[in-house]
Amino acid sequence: MKNHRSPFFNVDWIVIVTFLALCIIGWFNIHAAVFDPEKPEIFNLQTNYGKQLIFIVSALVLGMVILLLDSKFFNTFSPVFYGATLLLLVLVLIVGRNVGGNQAWIPIGNFRLQPSEFAKFSTCLLLARYLSTINTKVQDLRTQAVCAIILLIPMGLIMLQPDTGSALTFGSLIFVLYREGLSGYFLVIGAILIALFVLSLLTSKLYLIAGLIVICALLIYNYKKNRAFVSTVIYGFIISVVFIFCVDFAYNNVLQSHQRNRIDVLLGTVQDLRGEGYNVNQSKIAIGSGGMWGRGYLQGTQTKYDFVPEQSTDFIFCTIGEEWGFAGSFVVISLYLFLLLRIVNIAERQRSSFSRIYGYGVASIIFFHFFINIGMTVGLVPVIGIPLPFISYGGSSLWSFTILLFILLKLDSHRMGVV
Amino acid sequence: MNSFFARKYVIQGIFIVVALILLTRIFYIQVVSDKYLLSANNNVLRKILIYPARGIILDRNEKILVQNEPVYDLMVTPREVKPFDTVEFCRLIGIDKEGFDKRFKKAKNYSPYRSSVFEKQLSAQTYATFQEKLFEFPGFFVQNRTVRKYPDSTAAQFLGYIGEVSEKAIENSNGFYRQGDYIGISGVEKSYEDLLRGQRGVQNLMVDALNRPKGHFADGKYDTLAVAGERLISSLDKDLQKFGESLMQNKIGSVVAIEPSSGEILSFISSPGYDPNMMVGRQRGNNYMKLLNDPAKPMFIRPIQAEYPPGSIFKIINALVAQQFGMINPQTTYYCPGGYRYGRNGFMGCTHVHGSVNLTRSIQESCNTYYGYTYSLMIDKAGMRPVNAFKKWRSAVAQFGIGDDLGIDLPNERNGLLPTAELYTKRWGSDKWGSGFNISLSIGQGELGITPLQMANVMAIVANRGHYFKPHLIQAIGEKKVIKSEYTKRNDAGIDAKYFDVVIQGMSQVVNSPGGTAIYSKINGIEMCGKTGTVQNPHGADHSVFVAFAPRDNPKIAIAVVVENAGFGSTWSAPIASLMVEKYISRSISRPKAYVDRLLEANLLPGAALRPKLVPKQKTDTGRAVKPSVLRPVQTKREVSE
Repeated sequence: MKNHRSPFFNVDWIVIVTFLALCIIGWFNIHAAVFDPEKPEIFNLQTNYGKQLIFIVSALVLGMVILLLDSKFFNTFSPVFYGATLLLLVLVLIVGRNVGGNQAWIPIGNFRLQPSEFAKFSTCLLLARYLSTINTKVQDLRTQAVCAIILLIPMGLIMLQPDTGSALTFGSLIFVLYREGLSGYFLVIGAILIALFVLSLLTSKLYLIAGLIVICALLIYNYKKNRAFVSTVIYGFIISVVFIFCVDFAYNNVLQSHQRNRIDVLLGTVQDLRGEGYNVNQSKIAIGSGGMWGRGYLQGTQTKYDFVPEQSTDFIFCTIGEEWGFAGSFVVISLYLFLLLRIVNIAERQRSSFSRIYGYGVASIIFFHFFINIGMTVGLVPVIGIPLPFISYGGSSLWSFTILLFILLKLDSHRMGVV
Repeated sequence: MNSFFARKYVIQGIFIVVALILLTRIFYIQVVSDKYLLSANNNVLRKILIYPARGIILDRNEKILVQNEPVYDLMVTPREVKPFDTVEFCRLIGIDKEGFDKRFKKAKNYSPYRSSVFEKQLSAQTYATFQEKLFEFPGFFVQNRTVRKYPDSTAAQFLGYIGEVSEKAIENSNGFYRQGDYIGISGVEKSYEDLLRGQRGVQNLMVDALNRPKGHFADGKYDTLAVAGERLISSLDKDLQKFGESLMQNKIGSVVAIEPSSGEILSFISSPGYDPNMMVGRQRGNNYMKLLNDPAKPMFIRPIQAEYPPGSIFKIINALVAQQFGMINPQTTYYCPGGYRYGRNGFMGCTHVHGSVNLTRSIQESCNTYYGYTYSLMIDKAGMRPVNAFKKWRSAVAQFGIGDDLGIDLPNERNGLLPTAELYTKRWGSDKWGSGFNISLSIGQGELGITPLQMANVMAIVANRGHYFKPHLIQAIGEKKVIKSEYTKRNDAGIDAKYFDVVIQGMSQVVNSPGGTAIYSKINGIEMCGKTGTVQNPHGADHSVFVAFAPRDNPKIAIAVVVENAGFGSTWSAPIASLMVEKYISRSISRPKAYVDRLLEANLLPGAALRPKLVPKQKTDTGRAVKPSVLRPVQTKREVSE
């Protein structure tokens, strides 16, 4: 009987409206960013803004198709999706087209497919399916190992392209594991490791280790009756020292020189406004020149005159900041925050753990892109080339985020009917 | 739901915190800090100044005295410079490698991505060859500007010069001038700066990341057009000026000629002069130092800055003032025994025993004795205390424009000196002094200082029979030929017209009668009235002075000529004045070539190896015949016994 209902029954319209709002904001800002005075009409299909309209319309069609599919389809076929994506990721390394140093695209006619975008939702699906099976428990080492394998395979393949930004995306799925019971220490340890990484690049190793000794000594002194804690601190100290030396090694031998430069620029240890620092500096100038209310639609000089590189894709937020000012930035960030909180709420109202886990996966991935992308344009995080969801120009990324989101909407609309 | 439901809040909390961090950061760079907005404008806006053409200056016949000539400033934008053939580059613009590095470093220090001047004022020739190769030197471009050009190299001190504006002038200009702008520094260029400079235009161009122009900011709403400076028509007669400059070459002194009916200055010669083109272009600094260090002081604007005791020409004023005071009349006669005795032992020598002298003859023969008596009448016999009589005399003399600047339209005019009663009271410690204490004022010596301009103006007063118009150099301003109202205002000298006849008669005889001191300077067909003067110079040979106007009726020109260290007024100044007058009135010279050549070739500079030979026997203002062998005048009358 339920099968006769409209495919839109019970669909969360609030999310769809937010999604559409972001798509349209993206479309207008792409128009502004690559504005061509000779082809000013926003519907001109020869331009990137015209093409983006096609992408948006086709994304909507794609979303509708997903809503029409059976909700069990995604759970059932998630290994197939995952396998297919891995195949594509291998394929791209063989036949892919190399653009700007990344072998990330498979050319299909006029269109270029970016498999790493699709790896995001297929990995999410498989992770959800695995974690929702009865006998898994995230606290178990075995489960953790399987999860790590599910994440690390696509990550590794993407690293081979090499596309560090996309690969790092999978790291964000740690939120999912955390929600499912992974010890909070992982988050804390993760935070400590990041802090140590940054500090070891900023200060000399000796000072850092000396500082660590002082902190550990204080901790041990305060909690000296708690044997377990003391030994944890000592282990932690040893691991930290090893890590510090590893960072040094990895920084000098594993990271590529442009990645080193980006980190140096971000940390301010190198002032380089012509080279690696140029993007971020110009990006900050563009956003900063927007002021409270912005320069107005199509009036942004920094974006219009190409001061900001990649301004329709990774640096699209510059156009928003410059032309719409703090007011516009506030609206966009609020929309994302609203969407993220809404997705978490949707995930939590699912009866099936598959749907819930998948929901958290969606939130994690969108959150990661949102934070890293905007953070990089304002100089808070190193330059990592990942798109701003729903807003950046590009078919693959828009479609993959649409698929990601609409699968969740489909699962959600059937939340009552599924055990 | 399961046991970890609460972790939802941790995750949502992280989302919220991160969003707030991003918003705070964005708020900081967009609203709090204005650094980024400034950088953005730096990125995209290029303010291009459009310099207006400076106003040109014409002579009274609308012939060009100053015009503008294009020059080319070589500009550089260091960021856009790519490696190029430095040797070739240096060769093209004529600098060495060291100079190149220095200039490039300076430009880079100014700004790596904004253009600044690399080399100033390339000549048209350098520009032509350089321009063909310009494409080989990315980052360099040429900006067009104009500089002053003086086609006849004349009237340097009158025109003045322009130069880069000083820090102080920038501060005082309320933002009008900017570093590197040009401003009038002396002469008319300075006094008419406000009119000549015109109005600068601004274009606000937008450029893209590759510095390519992308059109005008706000559709040119904030752009302004340059307005060219006003055209000035000067009162100068260029031909007369150039003729006078050639006559004055190798002499130190001044020639000032005024049109009495208007106060317009026809020629304004300060000698030695210099080529005004020296103050333009890349050699300007060197030339300036050269001029500054020249002992003959070419930068000294003698017509308005040199003060001389007027000598005998001052007798004209005393003759007029004494008549106005009713002390003498044309019939007043004194006996000249060869000097004037006064007080107990005072004696002011006259050069001659003139015998019985009336007013006309006293001018014609320049009799000191006559003016000793006349002056003592005015001071001692005025029916009041001499000190008060002196004050009255002084104010009458001051009305001739003496002792104060005339307000000519040039900067730095000097006042001259007309002593006050207080000066003598202070000097003698009491106000009980009489004419004997400053008797030299009767013949224009002593504490008097008069500029050549003031001398010429006195002649204009005599020519006009009692009034003058403020002497000025700019006749009309702009296309509409506006005349300043102060130049049409008649200034009265306080002497009734009837008193001039007898004085003018005497002055005519100076030039035109056989007994006159300047008979050698008589002009055929033009009745010139003049007065010679020999100014005692404690530092060396006397200065030769001659003042005149012509013709006697409806005078067209009043002139003063001073030749320093040249001796008698009749020897050098009077012939020069007569040639100037003839040139101006009849536009040609009737006198023999040798007469002109003697003046052209004479080198009267101090220390000149060859002093010119004197003309055969002639009358001098001291009345004594000068033998050709005597080159320097005898130091006669140190007449004042004080």
